[in-house]
Amino acid sequence: MAEFFTSFGFWGQAVWIVIKILVIVAPLLTAVAYLTYAERKVLSAMHLRRGPNVVGPFGLLQPIADGLKLFLKETVIPSGANRAVFILAPCVTFILALIAWAVIPFGPGLVLADINVGILYLFAISSLGVYGILMAGWASNSRYAFLGALRSAAQMVSYEVSMGFIIITVLLFAGSLNLTDIVMAQKNIWFVFPLLPMAVIFFVSTLAETNRHPFDLAEAEAELVAGFNVEYSAMTFALFFLGEYANMILMSAMTTILFLGGWLPPADVALFTWIPGPVWFAFKVAAVLFVFIWVRGTFPRYRYDQLMRLGWKVFLPLSLASVAIVGGLVAYGLSPVAG
Amino acid sequence: MILQALAFYLFSFVAVAAAVMVISARNPVHSVLFLILAFFNGAGLFVLLGAEFLAMILVVVYVGAVAVLFMFVVMMLDINFVELRQGFLQYLPIGGVVGLVLLAELLVIAGGWTLAPEAASGGAAPAPAPETLSNTQALGELLYTHYIYLFQGAGLILLVAMIGAIVLTHRHREGVRKQRIGDQLRRRAEETVKLRKVPTGKGI
Repeated sequence: MAEFFTSFGFWGQAVWIVIKILVIVAPLLTAVAYLTYAERKVLSAMHLRRGPNVVGPFGLLQPIADGLKLFLKETVIPSGANRAVFILAPCVTFILALIAWAVIPFGPGLVLADINVGILYLFAISSLGVYGILMAGWASNSRYAFLGALRSAAQMVSYEVSMGFIIITVLLFAGSLNLTDIVMAQKNIWFVFPLLPMAVIFFVSTLAETNRHPFDLAEAEAELVAGFNVEYSAMTFALFFLGEYANMILMSAMTTILFLGGWLPPADVALFTWIPGPVWFAFKVAAVLFVFIWVRGTFPRYRYDQLMRLGWKVFLPLSLASVAIVGGLVAYGLSPVAG
Repeated sequence: MILQALAFYLFSFVAVAAAVMVISARNPVHSVLFLILAFFNGAGLFVLLGAEFLAMILVVVYVGAVAVLFMFVVMMLDINFVELRQGFLQYLPIGGVVGLVLLAELLVIAGGWTLAPEAASGGAAPAPAPETLSNTQALGELLYTHYIYLFQGAGLILLVAMIGAIVLTHRHREGVRKQRIGDQLRRRAEETVKLRKVPTGKGI
């Protein structure tokens, strides 16, 4: 296929890249739609309710109906809003949620751009997610939205720091910034085992980074109505919604790549190796996503000062210490990665 | 090659245009947003140079952290926009002089490179050959092997600056009630709850 397109020179290559992008984005958006469905179904099961069950068999068409509804509604722009920034904010959120997928390896060689600094790229993109929220909160010219945005900005900046340190511990073991190399370094043992406490801290930090329960103070409905997106309607709201869920999937994919061995099967046994890599990858991402929803159904929301305390006084010292410990292990040749 | 040249001109043009907008935008928040755009295009130029590590660090540090704090502060400022514009002409000559000095310095450096290419490499440690190492490794080698003392010195200066900032701005207020997690966890039911049988009609 690739040779067929590249034989047409520059334009052929361009078309081939667009096809590859579509192959990634189309399933991703479907996954986002059905993640909302899965969230409602899992939560309802935890609450002993039925959840969506009217539209289509088992309510399977519910996300499509929701999407259509949002598409047909009117986009309201408040008169006091800063128009350009107001419209730019959901676009930024959505675009950032999509472009990060360019470097995610779905299987051996199955990656759009196999760049050398893949993990840094992911970290950079995820640290930009705060802009969509900050811009939305400011441009809405509404107190609820502004408070939500400020909370969210402080929270995301705080938890990024410990996330960065945990990524460094993984890098010290893997010895590379390339995501494919990081996955291949876990051939013998997934990093979740030697780095178990770090994996847990990383997962909790991703909860905070995506503004999910129990850290969803940016949109705490009890005190801020809906937080930063309170003034948004129709498609602008839908873009925030899609962006948030795409970010959840992205963070799960990051957890999978860094700690759960990416597309690698749990053991090099015949039965496991028959299942192709991307299926393993999707399965692990789905498992992490289930924990995202499980946490939402289980924990009460954190108070804001407790959230900050957890980030700066608990996670940061722990992850700093782990960088020193893991660095020492690697320096004395005790790395679990062979070679 | 033509594609690379096009990308270079695109990034440079947007970077310069965004930089002009930073100083000419009426609204400070728009200024910060344009500043972010300029940073992004700077990162794009780094990628074109093959310095992808620096490009990503530029985005992580400047866009992801510094500009967020900028934005944070600027968004909360209560600014009179008209008042802000008034000093513009007054400060223009000073700004112009600073800009000219920087331009002259850049020209001297660039001139030195073209006139005497061997002089530039004389004092510096040799950079590892790009074929043998990825640029992240090459940068690490230079920083942590050849320039370790300078690197640590820079780190210490930053640490002093950080401690200084905290000491100068941290105010200790009396009478603030704080949550003490340790005390809370140390409490036992026996110490804090007393169960009493209250006789009807008598109270305690």
